[in-house]
Amino acid sequence: MIVRAFAVGQIRWDVVGQFLTARVIVIGFGWTLLISACALALGIALGFAFGIMRTATNPTLRFAAWLYVWVFRGTPVLLQLLIWFNIGLVFPRLYIPGLVDERMVDVVTPFVAAVLGLGVNEGSYLTEVVRGGIASVDRGQIEAAHTLGMTPGQTMRRIVLPQTLRLILPVLGNSAVGMLKFSSLAATIAMGEMLNAAQRIYFINGAVIELLFVCAIWYLAGTTMLSIGQYYLEQHFGRDATTAGYRKQWFKMSSWRAMASGEA
Amino acid sequence: MSLAVRAVGVRKSFGDHEVLKGLDLEVAYGEVLCILGPSGSGKSTFLRCINHLEIPNAGYVWVDGSIMGYDLRAGVLHELPVRRLRGQQSQLGMVFQHFNLFAHRTVLGNVIEGPMVVRGLRRAEAEKRAMELLDQVGMAGRASSYPSQLSGGQKQRVAIARALAMEPRVMLFDEPTSALDPELVGEVLEVMRNLAKGGTTMIVVTHEIGFAREVADRVLVMIDGEIRETGKPEQVLSNPDDPRVRTFLSRVLS
Repeated sequence: MIVRAFAVGQIRWDVVGQFLTARVIVIGFGWTLLISACALALGIALGFAFGIMRTATNPTLRFAAWLYVWVFRGTPVLLQLLIWFNIGLVFPRLYIPGLVDERMVDVVTPFVAAVLGLGVNEGSYLTEVVRGGIASVDRGQIEAAHTLGMTPGQTMRRIVLPQTLRLILPVLGNSAVGMLKFSSLAATIAMGEMLNAAQRIYFINGAVIELLFVCAIWYLAGTTMLSIGQYYLEQHFGRDATTAGYRKQWFKMSSWRAMASGEA
Repeated sequence: MSLAVRAVGVRKSFGDHEVLKGLDLEVAYGEVLCILGPSGSGKSTFLRCINHLEIPNAGYVWVDGSIMGYDLRAGVLHELPVRRLRGQQSQLGMVFQHFNLFAHRTVLGNVIEGPMVVRGLRRAEAEKRAMELLDQVGMAGRASSYPSQLSGGQKQRVAIARALAMEPRVMLFDEPTSALDPELVGEVLEVMRNLAKGGTTMIVVTHEIGFAREVADRVLVMIDGEIRETGKPEQVLSNPDDPRVRTFLSRVLS
């Protein structure tokens, strides 16, 4: 029924096919992947850094991490992107003595703004995820490390964080899928990623739906690859967890859910 | 006689509830001490105060001649930085009721973790020693298994090997068989019995009266945060002076 509707609908599938491998679109998808990867890496780094700070005994560190989450989780990511993109209006020059002295617009290019905006925002979510992950590592694991003589730093690095990572891996997979999709927001700040490229084409040739479908196909391909990657990562890190059969079943459910849901 | 552990006036409260009401204890090298007592009497808390997993509210604990958590310089006690406290704690091998094996490490990985990270041993050296210890507790064949693939008794034997790998002066056991299925208790007690025979200094919080009677050099009975009775196992277990100890023992022995 749905298939038939699309087959006879006002879509020129030959145009979709023609643009699917067009040079600008493929390059745009490359940018999409690059933005997503960089922003995710930044987000994970910030998430771990602030997540660990959230569990610190030092109240200043705890407060700093709380403030970060409060600001960046409490404002829309699109707004943050626009602010990063226009940060040159507030700070015309970026000046770090002995290191950098540049015009802000030269430093914060659309690419940098996109990575900062998406990454810093994602980091605020992951901070809470990491905090929760650390809190759910069994208290006995920490006591055992202490009785062996391990310092708090060693205990965190060698015992708590590896187990945290395993616990939050499904969430990180979701983050990666979400990030790939949210990178399309960078189109609004003149970043030439895939959606932006598609828009520039359909402004000229008018094949709006066809080019949006091209994007949809590429995004689906990307998220599918990520889901498969996530499955193998979880299998690698879950060696010590329950049986393989359970994990396989879980993969099917989670990957379908990740692909089906509009939200990360 | 040199003392492995000496505790003086150890007190511990959680909120308004005073769990330990000023305990004194002396354990000699090579001695096996079993701490008995009803649930909630503070046995485990006392053990955890000895290795400073819980910091006592008052009182001091000496291990191998140095005060846990403090440094005595020019007649003044200075609180130790956490790194040096951990060094002291590694002198006490701890075996937990719930094993607490590192879930993300193999059996071998669990045993070499402390020697490599804390004592700075090279991997080859640590692994060689670890395999000897695993052999000693009958777990050498499972060196590459993960904790989740082991039975409770097997986990506890690995946990004992892990604690021994730090070559501690004293081994502490916090109800090591309480979380085990009855048919698995024997294998763990067997390992502990061999340790005791080998001259290891041991403090064992337990409900296994039979083990205490057979293996302990001395038995101590705690009730309501106080030491009510201490002495040779045959004397304490058969003919206690304290009426409350008599009531407790008649309940567990029947």
